[in-house]
Amino acid sequence: MSMIKEDRQVNKGNFRIMTVDLSSGKASIEKIADQDKAVGGSGLCALLFEKAGLKDEPWNHPEQPLIFAIGPLTGYFPLMSKTVCAFKSPYHNQYTESHGGGRSALSLRFTGLDALVIKGRAKRPCLLSIGSNSLEIKDAHFLWGMDVIYSGRIIRHMVEKSHGHRSILRIGPAGENLSAMACINADTYRHFGRLGAGAVMGAKNLKAIVILGDSSLPMPQENKPYRKMWKEVFQDVHSSGMMHKYHDLGTPANLERLNNIKSLPWRNLQASYDPDAHMISGQSFATRHLLRNLACSGCPVGCIHVGFVREKFTKDSRYYYQQMAYDYEPIFALGSMLGIKEPVTILKLIEKADRLGLDAISAGVALAWATEAMEKAIITQKETLLPLSFGHGASYLEALGHLAVASNEFYRLLAQGTLKAANRYGGGEFACVLGQEMAGYATGELFFAAQSLGFRHSHLDTGAYSYEQKHAEQDLKKAVDFLLEDELPRCLLNSMVACLFSRKVYTKERLAQCLESLGYLDLAANLDKAAADIRRARWKLRFDTGFDPDEIEIPKRFFKVTSWKGPVDRKFLLELKRSYGQAIKNLVFKQANPPQGTRK
Amino acid sequence: MKILKATRIERCIGCHVCSLSCARLVHGLLSWQVSGIRIKSSGGISTGFEATYCLACKEPICARSCPTGAISIRKAGGVRIRKDLCIRCSSCIEACPVNAITKTDHGFPVVCIHCGLCTNFCPHGCLEMIEAVSSQDVHDQGGQTGE
Repeated sequence: MSMIKEDRQVNKGNFRIMTVDLSSGKASIEKIADQDKAVGGSGLCALLFEKAGLKDEPWNHPEQPLIFAIGPLTGYFPLMSKTVCAFKSPYHNQYTESHGGGRSALSLRFTGLDALVIKGRAKRPCLLSIGSNSLEIKDAHFLWGMDVIYSGRIIRHMVEKSHGHRSILRIGPAGENLSAMACINADTYRHFGRLGAGAVMGAKNLKAIVILGDSSLPMPQENKPYRKMWKEVFQDVHSSGMMHKYHDLGTPANLERLNNIKSLPWRNLQASYDPDAHMISGQSFATRHLLRNLACSGCPVGCIHVGFVREKFTKDSRYYYQQMAYDYEPIFALGSMLGIKEPVTILKLIEKADRLGLDAISAGVALAWATEAMEKAIITQKETLLPLSFGHGASYLEALGHLAVASNEFYRLLAQGTLKAANRYGGGEFACVLGQEMAGYATGELFFAAQSLGFRHSHLDTGAYSYEQKHAEQDLKKAVDFLLEDELPRCLLNSMVACLFSRKVYTKERLAQCLESLGYLDLAANLDKAAADIRRARWKLRFDTGFDPDEIEIPKRFFKVTSWKGPVDRKFLLELKRSYGQAIKNLVFKQANPPQGTRK
Repeated sequence: MKILKATRIERCIGCHVCSLSCARLVHGLLSWQVSGIRIKSSGGISTGFEATYCLACKEPICARSCPTGAISIRKAGGVRIRKDLCIRCSSCIEACPVNAITKTDHGFPVVCIHCGLCTNFCPHGCLEMIEAVSSQDVHDQGGQTGE
């Protein structure tokens, strides 16, 4: 173990970036100024991609960077436990981000890096291991084709250092086969899930990254203000009840509530309500299938809900058991969206998607489309290789395997995105795609417009789904203003890098206090400007790599949804999309004076 | 006088807040390693966690192994390491059979001082301070503690 010294507390003032070139097997360490401007995380990724990204080359060009970045508060405060991964996405060939937790953020911090950039392509499958005073690129051809769980077990033996503190990021067969739905698995139960980061590793012949996290850092010079702030934040997180919902039933607590307000997508969004939703509610999972909770490093909340399945596999009393993390989104995508109402089946599907290194949301939504396409005889078993039918889990377990390894032309296309397959076979009108496969919120026009155009096409880009549950009125300006305003504080949180579950704890004022306590005085005084700059830099990269809001179409299925507000209003949805699209364009192309942050 | 025990480690969620708190408040570092208590998974996260810390054994092997007498035995259990007497030879680190002692970048050994600060920050109540009664004591007295 070593302690990282030098003239810094962390890397204050300068970012410390390691770039590994897998083609040459060499690495470089660089110090980059502008910490007050780019902050970290999301902002730092944009800065690094602007420097190193090949905007006009395809996502799988060997020199495209795969970036992992943390922020100034990582490790210093509770719930500052996320890492931002940035890359050119195989899904849309544009710049994007995917966020993950586990041990990844703290292990980067304790390896002494603000960001890790991976370029080049290894000649054969490899494993990259980095520590505060070590770097190894190991042959890993024997891991290729191996699932995420089993390869994790072998990697733990291949890299024996820093046991307990290292983070192991790895891909499964989906990433190796360059699926646009391939995730990067972080420490078994967390993921850089969406938009195909796993395929970027696959294209680089990179099976796994081990981040050792094997050093320590000095405290701020003025230690007292920091200790006081830390205690204050910890009390808020731990004792105030603010985080209760996340560690009680966790995100699945939302499921029944969304169903009750006709906002839970069922059977490829042919319905937004089902009377049996209680069977797959958060309470149902907790009572019968919750094994225990886990936490990302540095987070006392422990929102990770690990479920278990115990199954008899012979006539005699012989059993095996499996563990898997469940959350609202995978339960929606591999449960209600596929018409499955048995928690055990849903957990097995989640486990299978995990093993294969597939993003559970995209995979479930894609298979829901394939099922309806089969029902409508647009495709047949010749394409799907299986009789897909809503509610029948056994076929879906197998179909996930086909999707991950692209067993035939149909699955190869589907793995690139539902609309890619629909373009070939038809059925685009009922593809549940909002920029990418939808997240589980059929709340109405605002969410559909927001995910379609959102920076990551994620339900976390803004709080549209939450706003919409409280606002039935059709106020176009108010709604678009909300989307614009709500993105700014999220840009800051994603640059610190906070878990978004802590967004009520980390108000802008609180973030400024935390930064001040660590000596980031300039940054603390200019958070509005930093947020606006980061937002603009991120959107600029999207436009520079081909994003055009006018090119994104909302499939017909979304216009047929009935939510708690009644049937979707076609005109309002189109107006929202046009108006939000224009507002996003204005952020990049018309912005003489960046808007000021409005977080209360 | 009490000593630290991870009496309910089966509840551990692996947040490392105990280690981070100890490093922050006792050792003045941002660390999950230079800390009196360290958490690691026992063979992958799916198999649960174990806590590594000083067990306050009755006849501390670390103290016996120290060539300069820098380690003294606390009456209440555990040891005290005097930095000014330590020559950073790592003998204590090697001697401890449960790997409870770690070291700083400068080679100084770090061990749990049984102050109990970490117990305030564990979100699941895994840690507590209890009266030091070793199983050896119980054995010597020819009875059980009733636990």
